[in-house]
Amino acid sequence: MSQSERRDTPEQAEFRVYCREWLASHTPGPPAVRLPQSALEIMTHEQLDYLRNWQRAAYEGGLVGCDYPREYGGGGRSDCQRIANEETARAGTPFFPNIVALGMAAPTIFHHASEELKRRLLPKIFSCEEIWCQGFSEPDAGSDMANCQTMAERTGDTWIINGQKIWTSLAQFSDWMIILCRHDRSTKHRGLTYFVLPIGDFVGKGVEIRPLIKMTGESGFNEVFFNNVEIPDSYRLDEVGNGWQVAMTTLLHERGAGPLVTPSAGSLRSDSSSETENAMMLIELAKKSPRNDKTAADDPVIRDRIMDLVIRQKGLSESFRRSRVKGLTDHLLRIPLQGKLVRTEINQEVSALALEIEGAASTLYITDENAPAKGQWPLAYLNSFGMTIAAGTSEVLRNILGERVLGMPKSK
Amino acid sequence: MTQPENFGYGVEEQLLQAEARKFFKKHCNELTLMDLLARNPDPERKPECQWDRKTWQKMTELGWNTMAVPESAGGLGMRAVAVATLVEEAGRAALPSPLMATVNATYVLAACGTEGAAAALGEIAADKTASLAITNAKGSWEISATDVAVSFTDGGMALNGASWFVQDAGKADFLVVKAASQAGIGLFVVPVDAPGVTIIPDAIVDLSRDQAHVTFENVAVGPANVAAEPGRGRAALEKARPALLTMVSADMCGAGEWQLQTTAAYARERKQFDRPIGFFQAVKHPIVNMMIMIDSARSHVYNAACAIDHEPEEADRYATMAKAAASDMAAFCSSRSVQYHGGMGFTWECFIHLYFKRQKHNQVLYGDAVYHRARLADMLIGPVAA
Repeated sequence: MSQSERRDTPEQAEFRVYCREWLASHTPGPPAVRLPQSALEIMTHEQLDYLRNWQRAAYEGGLVGCDYPREYGGGGRSDCQRIANEETARAGTPFFPNIVALGMAAPTIFHHASEELKRRLLPKIFSCEEIWCQGFSEPDAGSDMANCQTMAERTGDTWIINGQKIWTSLAQFSDWMIILCRHDRSTKHRGLTYFVLPIGDFVGKGVEIRPLIKMTGESGFNEVFFNNVEIPDSYRLDEVGNGWQVAMTTLLHERGAGPLVTPSAGSLRSDSSSETENAMMLIELAKKSPRNDKTAADDPVIRDRIMDLVIRQKGLSESFRRSRVKGLTDHLLRIPLQGKLVRTEINQEVSALALEIEGAASTLYITDENAPAKGQWPLAYLNSFGMTIAAGTSEVLRNILGERVLGMPKSK
Repeated sequence: MTQPENFGYGVEEQLLQAEARKFFKKHCNELTLMDLLARNPDPERKPECQWDRKTWQKMTELGWNTMAVPESAGGLGMRAVAVATLVEEAGRAALPSPLMATVNATYVLAACGTEGAAAALGEIAADKTASLAITNAKGSWEISATDVAVSFTDGGMALNGASWFVQDAGKADFLVVKAASQAGIGLFVVPVDAPGVTIIPDAIVDLSRDQAHVTFENVAVGPANVAAEPGRGRAALEKARPALLTMVSADMCGAGEWQLQTTAAYARERKQFDRPIGFFQAVKHPIVNMMIMIDSARSHVYNAACAIDHEPEEADRYATMAKAAASDMAAFCSSRSVQYHGGMGFTWECFIHLYFKRQKHNQVLYGDAVYHRARLADMLIGPVAA
């Protein structure tokens, strides 16, 4: 029994048993095509269809959107998504492809959209009928996101969108986009307004999507150009000029602090399930990797470095537990705001250490038949930089922590 | 056994933490601390045992010295999570006191389960102070390590040899001494004024505690002074070890949080180039890293304390993780706290050095980070191939 499991409420314990039974008979068989390491690198329709079928099945089984109200297509449960995530992780299922929708769009819609939009959009997010992407970053609005220049001009009850977004994962497959636009050039943060935009309807009709290739050789993210794209005012979230506040809701969830304020939609594996998952994998890898006539697991320096990562990973998961205990944190956001930063940096170090443990064999990439672990570790290390850059670079997140939690002056 | 989700940290512990913080703020703030500890900067000064007995007296009136003593022996019998909470606050105040030494001796005695140990616990409940004499001249934290021999005499037993790195020996009424015979490790309760006991104070870096090596010359121990018979001491020390590691880690977390808050406050106030230095990311980001390391270490401490209370089969592993995390955190927070206080931070006048030195001391106590990562590797990976 895992530690988290032993702390289940009766509802959670019952749901966990249900999930386990359901997964035993519904975990899909291996796909005919190679799967990427995450939804952010889905390249082909074959990959997407396989993953989409899986998410739909999991939704129909009650494992997606568990904590959302039933009227929005959710399961109406309480703090049960975490359980579903732990159990899917344990079962070794594929991941869900609608990651932007579940992790970012759904909670933003839940907090800021009209009742009509919530009923229209949320169920199809959970069922994966509609794929979502996020239109925040622009060529000149990266870490300085409030510098967003994509224009939204109002004419009566419609808005005309013009401009460019970049690093847009899943855009090529998307039906919808959450998009931050500028309606007023005379003021920075207050000049922003937030919309949902049915991007799929406009491809070739005002929307142009150009793929970008990652350092791994994979595609998955894109440049997206808007040329006089017209959407109704009913697709606006919250008030005109409140786009920055709405974007903060999205970012809070993207960076892992969402469960404080919103039911988790369960796109990513939960923090508690990952206990020492990644770093513990290094132990098995080290035992199999030759080094100095013994194995890497016999090298005291390698041992020390693996244990350091095991300890830091365990510390993070215990910190999330601690953040829920009244009196054991002095600032509501202190631990949640560390989540994305610490997790992605540890993951990067884990994969970097894996390459050192593999030694010469770490030069072999995913298609080489002699590559240990099918070359997944070099791929993971390359991809890990996407994670420490996207959704707020580690540097921006350290600014935010220093400013919001420790009260230091803004670095701008 | 099962850990409660909230670490067993409830309303009572919250109240204790608030009360302790208020108490130490009143009786052991930075100014009183400087006044008490830093009167004499002379690097060649004689070892001193500097502490405020009145503050300790008040703590005993609150029962804080007996929190870990089982109720059956007349103590408060509180859980490790509550004790860790108090020790953390004492660390935050860099309190010079026999608290940690006494608490750690308490856990060792409580693990012995003998009449001799119960009697010694009764002494602690009656406000006597204690310390562990469990290390040898090499400073080894291995349970088998000791330079004290126990031999059988006509009247009973006798101790000969020396214990090293005895914490707060100058504040202790009695010692719990680790001694070996051919039968193995035993534990003995020895009053500091017993004939044949000589306490030789060490000149140490840390101003917030004292340390000594102690020699034993034909020190007679009767049956009443045996906490664990030779051969039975190892099990008791193994049982108590998670608590020792957890408590010293809790002290480091409290001190680390003080270092963080003090350094962040300074970075908000101190101006250079017309801006508070906390504006500069070369200063701001490492201060955030201090916070990240503290939070990890602190979460490990509460997880380990909760394991002692509710999941003893996992306590050793979790406590070893806590000590590794806390030791690295203490090293980093100490170095950054001095660096970002600039020239002032390097002076004797700036109280930053009191915490720096306390942290450096706790870092190595009961094994440093490398030692504990090696222990953890033995647990999780298995021993190194020969």
